[in-house]
Amino acid sequence: MMDKPVNNRAWFLVLPVLLLVAFSAVLPLMTVVNYSVQDTFGGNEFFWAGLEWFDEVIHSDRIRAALGRQILFSAIILAIEIPLGIFVALNMPKKGFWASFCLVLMALPLLIPWNVVGTIWQVFGRVDIGLLGHTLKALGIDYNYVNDAIDAWITIIVMDVWHWTSLVALLCYAGLQSIPDAYYQAAKIDQASRWKVFRYIELPRMQGVLLIAVLLRFMDSFMIYTEPFVVTGGGPGNATTFLSIDLVKTAIGQFDLGPAAAFSLIYFLVILLISFVFYTVMTKDQGGQ
Amino acid sequence: MAAVAESKGRGSAVVMALYLLFLMLPIYWLLNMSLKTNREILGVFSLWPQNPTLANYKTILTDPSWYMGYVNSMIYVVMNTVISITVALPAAYAFSRYRFLGDKHLFFWLLTNRMAPAAVFALPFFQLYSSIGLFDTHIAVALAHCLFNVPLAVWILEGFMSGVPREIDETAYIDGYSFPRFFVKIFMPLIASGIGVAAFFCFMFSWVELLLSRTLTSVNAKPIAATMTRTVSASGMDWGVLAAAGILTIIPGALVIWFVRNYIAKGFALGRV
Amino acid sequence: MTKIILENLAHSYLPNPTKDSDWALKPMNMTWQDGGAYALLGSSGCGKSTLLNIISGLLVPSRGRILFGDQDVTNLPTAARNIAQVFQFPVVYDTMSVRDNLAFPLRNRGMAEADVAKRVAEVAAMIGMTDTLDRRAKGLTADAKQKISLGRGMVRQDVNAILFDEPLTVIDPHMKWELRTQLKDLHRQFGHTMIYVTHDQTEALTFADQVVVMYDGRVVQAGTPQALFDTPEHTFVGYFIGSPGMNVIDAQVNGNIATVEGAQIALMHGFGALSGKTQLGIRPEFLRLSTGDDGLPYQISRIEDVGHHRILRGKVGTADVNVIVPEGQPIPADANRIIPDPAHTHVYVDDWRVDPAKAERAA
Repeated sequence: MMDKPVNNRAWFLVLPVLLLVAFSAVLPLMTVVNYSVQDTFGGNEFFWAGLEWFDEVIHSDRIRAALGRQILFSAIILAIEIPLGIFVALNMPKKGFWASFCLVLMALPLLIPWNVVGTIWQVFGRVDIGLLGHTLKALGIDYNYVNDAIDAWITIIVMDVWHWTSLVALLCYAGLQSIPDAYYQAAKIDQASRWKVFRYIELPRMQGVLLIAVLLRFMDSFMIYTEPFVVTGGGPGNATTFLSIDLVKTAIGQFDLGPAAAFSLIYFLVILLISFVFYTVMTKDQGGQ
Repeated sequence: MAAVAESKGRGSAVVMALYLLFLMLPIYWLLNMSLKTNREILGVFSLWPQNPTLANYKTILTDPSWYMGYVNSMIYVVMNTVISITVALPAAYAFSRYRFLGDKHLFFWLLTNRMAPAAVFALPFFQLYSSIGLFDTHIAVALAHCLFNVPLAVWILEGFMSGVPREIDETAYIDGYSFPRFFVKIFMPLIASGIGVAAFFCFMFSWVELLLSRTLTSVNAKPIAATMTRTVSASGMDWGVLAAAGILTIIPGALVIWFVRNYIAKGFALGRV
Repeated sequence: MTKIILENLAHSYLPNPTKDSDWALKPMNMTWQDGGAYALLGSSGCGKSTLLNIISGLLVPSRGRILFGDQDVTNLPTAARNIAQVFQFPVVYDTMSVRDNLAFPLRNRGMAEADVAKRVAEVAAMIGMTDTLDRRAKGLTADAKQKISLGRGMVRQDVNAILFDEPLTVIDPHMKWELRTQLKDLHRQFGHTMIYVTHDQTEALTFADQVVVMYDGRVVQAGTPQALFDTPEHTFVGYFIGSPGMNVIDAQVNGNIATVEGAQIALMHGFGALSGKTQLGIRPEFLRLSTGDDGLPYQISRIEDVGHHRILRGKVGTADVNVIVPEGQPIPADANRIIPDPAHTHVYVDDWRVDPAKAERAA
């Protein structure tokens, strides 16, 4: 909106948020920056280390491998969940009892604590007591997410699809609900095919919510920690060690504060950068003309 | 219109049925396990409990070290929701109604906090809250979760507030309302569904988060999610109790969804459709 | 192009209609002549959009048949009916250019690209958007978008009918007039059957040759604008058409004498003894002010000067009655009576006009 009045006293209204977020974000972040440029030999003595840690992080094969896995994971997640979410949304009932029914059941996985999500799939996939693992074994498929890297990846991806596709679907559903009936009627009269209705009516109307969906799914999948940690603990080997798992291992497991801090900052910046690129690309189209 | 709805045929019903089956099966399996004894879980493979038992639930509901986990979780989740909404309301109003020095930068900076990986903050939070003596308190977790919930609440509320015409504010001032009175008496009822949606999201993200809440607590404020992981590894896989604990963590979420079911779709679009 | 026949058509949105009020559209028979310009007039909720959607095939009627010429199309989908429809709010495909929007219905029917280009150019000229053909539809004003919708409605030349569902709601008043004139021109030029739904009598009367008035799910009268003005068949038509609408006054009618508030006036025809709710309907244009004892007792409460004439607001007994006094004619200070023009005084029983010819035959 262009016609909002200028009023710098509005800062007073923002002040509580500012103080709170400053306390819970800026202060810790400063600690991180502080650590990232210092070294310690124990005790409370710190030395200026310059960009040494950043150098180490950037050249660490371990972190590079984790980054590669992370990017691959997020790419697969987006490639599955976005189209699947759209597809589910298109098939949802528009109103009435069945619409509420679907909405409630679909929202359920979103409100399960993340470690419980991990637990559910850890159990579900087990060959001895899990329905999925047991069934696959009965079908003669050799499946073992504990020892086999591919199986571990498949399990985690299916778990994430199970966990988050509904978010995409609910967002798209909200977008679809905002399309007036007249559009569908006009399309019928214009003899548009089902594909054209999707391409020229539904997809443009979903653009805004899809942006939110892609950004949320990208950010959250890029930060994923709890669910794979519970299911595989990052294994077998390092096969499912994503960035957050690696970071927590470094920071809390080994207490390597310097590298962990440098790693954190780079990690944060990568997310910001990619989110910004997504945002720019997806809104580029909206100018008109 | 009827004709449009009718065009969705049997195909859609099949798609939805399969998708919901996919969503419900793992949860059903957990429920199934929670009603079995450990012997049955490990001994026979069955699609439903042969000798249904509530023993696992009884274990949890009679042992304080278990059920206090739920109490702790609920306490910090509610605290976080109240804090987040309270500070986000005036800020969202400012963003939706005024332009001021640095408003766009501020808004973007707030949102970047939603993008901050919790793992990055785990250690600094631990040190920060330890140094000011808040480690292992509910308020520490509640404040930590504000990191991502406050920006989200501001964003959602701003979306809903922008949908309220500004003439309403002006009319209220002309009628002699003071700002606080106008805000509470007139404006908040207008965006009630927005507040509900924002509260729902704060609840949701605070309830499901584990990394920070586990890092910031040890005994007194330990969340149920953390209780689950630790107890399991200590007691050599008590599957039945684990499953029952899991099912019990799903219930608050299910209740909350039931209350907001009519706003879910709009809510997930953050009021911006 | 063909005529459209509705046979015993009725529609209810409920699965099992029982009461009269369950029906959005009460049983009706009607014929829309090929090439006619029709207006479908009525207040909101009277069933006019329902009727339109049944004709275009967006709704399947609960009962009855629709024929296009000899062909029964009742169960045919919209696409098979070859109908164009323009909606109340602009429907444009946001991501397409104006040109692609206009070409969309043609391309979907597999028309050759050269013909499409030719036809789009023609339509663009009609709606005055030749200059903006290559712009994206998204950034355009509501006016322009609705013009695109109109253009898409008219781009196909072989349509059986073009239906307009209050198409000018979002358009500026001066633009409304211009577009309506253009539609009228197009009708003259191409002779499509056009059905134009509106709740605005001016729009209906200026656009259409035939005006169909709907009230409470029923077609109460279909006729030329003049016929609707001169002989409203239903009190609703009297109210709805004309400004101000027809005066309706409770009366007792016996033979050719009507008694209102103790005063008697002579009617042109004999009606016998009528039973039911009996009313006189007289348009404000056909009432003359007078003094003395003739005519109906009238109490003036207000005089409104609307430029080319004045409107008197007042009462006969408890009924509100308006009188139009032409410019230049004096209003006597002691005027206390009104004298109706017998040729334009109608008698209504239970809201329907009593046809004097039939009444006389019966008597």
